[in-house]
Amino acid sequence: MATTAGDATVNQFTAALEELDVGWTLTTTDELPGELERFPEPIVGVPFPFEDVSLPESIPRAERSDGVKAASTGVTAATLGIVEYGSVVVESKPPETEPVSLYADTHVAVVRLEDIVDSMSDAFAELGPRLRETGGNAIIATGPSATADMGALVRGVHGPSDVHVVIVK
Amino acid sequence: MSRKSKRAKAAQIRETMAAEGASVRENTRGFNQGRYDTVADLENYEELKDEARRIKEDAIERLPELIDQLTETIEANGGTVYLAEDEADANEYIASLVESDETVVKSKSMTTEEIEVNEHLEAEGANVVETDLGEWVLQVADEAPSHLVAPAIHKSRESIAELFREQFDPDRPLDTPEDLTAFASEYLADAFENADVGMTGANFLTADSGSMMLVTSEGNARKTVTATDRHVAVAGVEKIVPSVEDLQPFVELIGRSGTGQDITAYISLLTPPVETATFGEDELEGSDDRDFHLVLIDNGRMAMREDEQLRETLYCIRCSACANTCANFQQVGGHEFGGETYTGGIAGGWETGVHGLDSSEEFVDLCTGCSRCVEACPVGIDIPWINTVVRDRINRGAEDHSYDFLVDGLTPDAEEGGMSLQKRFFGNFVTVAKLGSLFAPVSNRLASFGPNRWIAERLLGVDQRRDMPQFSRETLKKWASERDGPADPDREVVFMADTYTNYMHVERGKAAIRALEALNVDVEVADVTESGRAALSQGMVATATRHGERVADELLPHVEDGRDVVIVEPSDLAMLRDDYGRLLDAETYEQLSENSYEILEYVYGLLENGADADALRDGNGTEIAYHGHCQQRTLGLAAHTEAVLEELGYDLVTSDVECCGMAGSFGFKQQYYDVSMAVGEELREQFSTPEAEGRTIVASGTSCHDQLTDLMKQDVPHPIELVAP
Ligand code: SF4
Repeated sequence: MATTAGDATVNQFTAALEELDVGWTLTTTDELPGELERFPEPIVGVPFPFEDVSLPESIPRAERSDGVKAASTGVTAATLGIVEYGSVVVESKPPETEPVSLYADTHVAVVRLEDIVDSMSDAFAELGPRLRETGGNAIIATGPSATADMGALVRGVHGPSDVHVVIVK
Repeated sequence: MSRKSKRAKAAQIRETMAAEGASVRENTRGFNQGRYDTVADLENYEELKDEARRIKEDAIERLPELIDQLTETIEANGGTVYLAEDEADANEYIASLVESDETVVKSKSMTTEEIEVNEHLEAEGANVVETDLGEWVLQVADEAPSHLVAPAIHKSRESIAELFREQFDPDRPLDTPEDLTAFASEYLADAFENADVGMTGANFLTADSGSMMLVTSEGNARKTVTATDRHVAVAGVEKIVPSVEDLQPFVELIGRSGTGQDITAYISLLTPPVETATFGEDELEGSDDRDFHLVLIDNGRMAMREDEQLRETLYCIRCSACANTCANFQQVGGHEFGGETYTGGIAGGWETGVHGLDSSEEFVDLCTGCSRCVEACPVGIDIPWINTVVRDRINRGAEDHSYDFLVDGLTPDAEEGGMSLQKRFFGNFVTVAKLGSLFAPVSNRLASFGPNRWIAERLLGVDQRRDMPQFSRETLKKWASERDGPADPDREVVFMADTYTNYMHVERGKAAIRALEALNVDVEVADVTESGRAALSQGMVATATRHGERVADELLPHVEDGRDVVIVEPSDLAMLRDDYGRLLDAETYEQLSENSYEILEYVYGLLENGADADALRDGNGTEIAYHGHCQQRTLGLAAHTEAVLEELGYDLVTSDVECCGMAGSFGFKQQYYDVSMAVGEELREQFSTPEAEGRTIVASGTSCHDQLTDLMKQDVPHPIELVAP
């Protein structure tokens, strides 16, 4: 997989996130539960499609429709991070990922350090085979939902007004 | 257009500018500046554009095959594909997917505007709700989009607040953009709750995976799909590209080109029927049985593909750059500069292709051919050329022959059909200029004489408020024929004096020749003056071609003898460098294109090659304000003028407006005078800042000269007049 790990990657990625006014945390598997628990409640999460990092037991699973709609925080995995743009890629597996990342006020995206790629071309080199082979969705999400239709830039229209990226070493 | 309708048109444009101009201006200029800023950060911008162009060329070439492949893939994924021949066909099919009392939530899609699906579904009893905030505002206001990307760009915050007050009588005041946004998203959250069907467009479709790409920033397209278990996507057939990887350059270009963002908040890559969970009564439900229908719209596109001139339109990704960068669009917006559905420069192609010439005729003359959009377009579409072709087709179809007998002698064009007298007058201006010069100064007095101005306005639509150009009794050609050039020249040039330089603005031609001779260049003035620019700008392609052939006949022997071609007027140079590629055979075009130079580009080259700058007039710190010409900038040549002026010691400030607003004959036309002056106003402001005020104003284009002279009430020489000895 075309990845670049290491400090330089983290520095560039987090710089891009800051430019988008997106919060970030760099953490380890062990510390992940604590990092996620501190987000505002009600909080819901979706199991991660990773073998080595999983959604902490302490985060309530998204099950009820009204719970997802009313969540302050929605925790999902992001399967790629893109350094150049400060984007994260949110896929549709498991199927609750999309509503949880979309309806909460704050979307917390958990991305593994090794899944952070440099460029959009690198991201598409990953996404092409995935979409062809297994279908599904991939949302390239960059910063919060926003509109300028009402006379000035306003955050949080139909999607989350805040995004926080948690990078797991 | 008759005289009466010219006046009516002028009044209509004035009204729209008064109501919508300020909002459109502010927003489009913001987008345009954003584009300049964000592409400047993109190292491989030009390569990405080339790649995007290549992908689109290839995709349209292989379109029938890609339609089949996409259909197979989507059907294998469990969706259905319907290829709709036209609007009626598409609407009938879509209506069959929706029950009469159901609610359809929609994300923004220009293609659904094109087929007017909302009206159709509503007539069948369905409830249709637009969920993009801008689209929803327009739905509430019952107005049409005025921009490809930001459909309500013409509405100010105040007018939206007023609209909500009237329509919803909200129980709290809605004043700030935050209030308005919150109100709208709450209202729309209810719509999502009750939605039965989600309708989206598609910015791209990939034949290999059956995926679609949606570009949004609000998140409403995501909700439209998530909140419903029936997904209907409507897209033109031209949206198909071969593979997922082909999307990458477009992802990087589309936001930058349009709203000037590096990327929009959400690029959704969906492979429908999507498996995203949906909201059950109590619990989230996996949605294995989501219904998916892709409605592919032909509606004239396959015919556009066969149409050599309109085909390029199909490469358009509807990013809106061509509208945002357009000086005229910035003033009038898409309600004037647009047809039934599409807006901005490329609307000429789209409307002609999907709705017919009638829809284009209303607005296509607002494209002056300034060419600033060509470099902004991420797929490099020659938008001005498409509009020229559209004008040409309109000219050929026009039926008003009433005054033809008057101009037949004056306007020896090669056009068939009864095109408007105004077009024939401006398109054949060289003939008028010849006569004007021959009879100067009597002709000048006659042209400025009140009753004659009145006649000119009534008959030809030449606005009375414009000063008529003054003809010179002695042509440049005549003046030059009496000169002896340098005894032992380093180089030889053939100088093509354009119509204005030869018959009217003779001073700039004299200065050019003096400067060249001072740099030890021998100058011969060509007999031919008209490049065909005037005719081309009126859509008179046959006449322009005839002029081009004459230019080639005259200039090529000189080129073969080793002479370079030098031209003062950028719009005429652009004919040789660029437009002749469409009008003349490839070899002729190449020879002319490669051997022709703008005057200061040529001077720059001479100085670079060791010519003595002391032979020219030293600037000594003279403070000047310089306005480059639009086509000169597109050719990348304004920089040469600036470099020469700086090298000679002039103290320079430059304008950064896209166009002066005169654009050849455009600003003389009665129906467009106000637009032209509004565009010029920005230039006037730039040259009235404390930094620029009081400086000598210089401009490279004849039109810019006329416009700036009007605006600034001072003489506006060509830069060569400053530097020539
Ligand atoms: S013609 Fe080019 S610049 Fe205009 S909307 Fe289409 S892609 Fe964008």
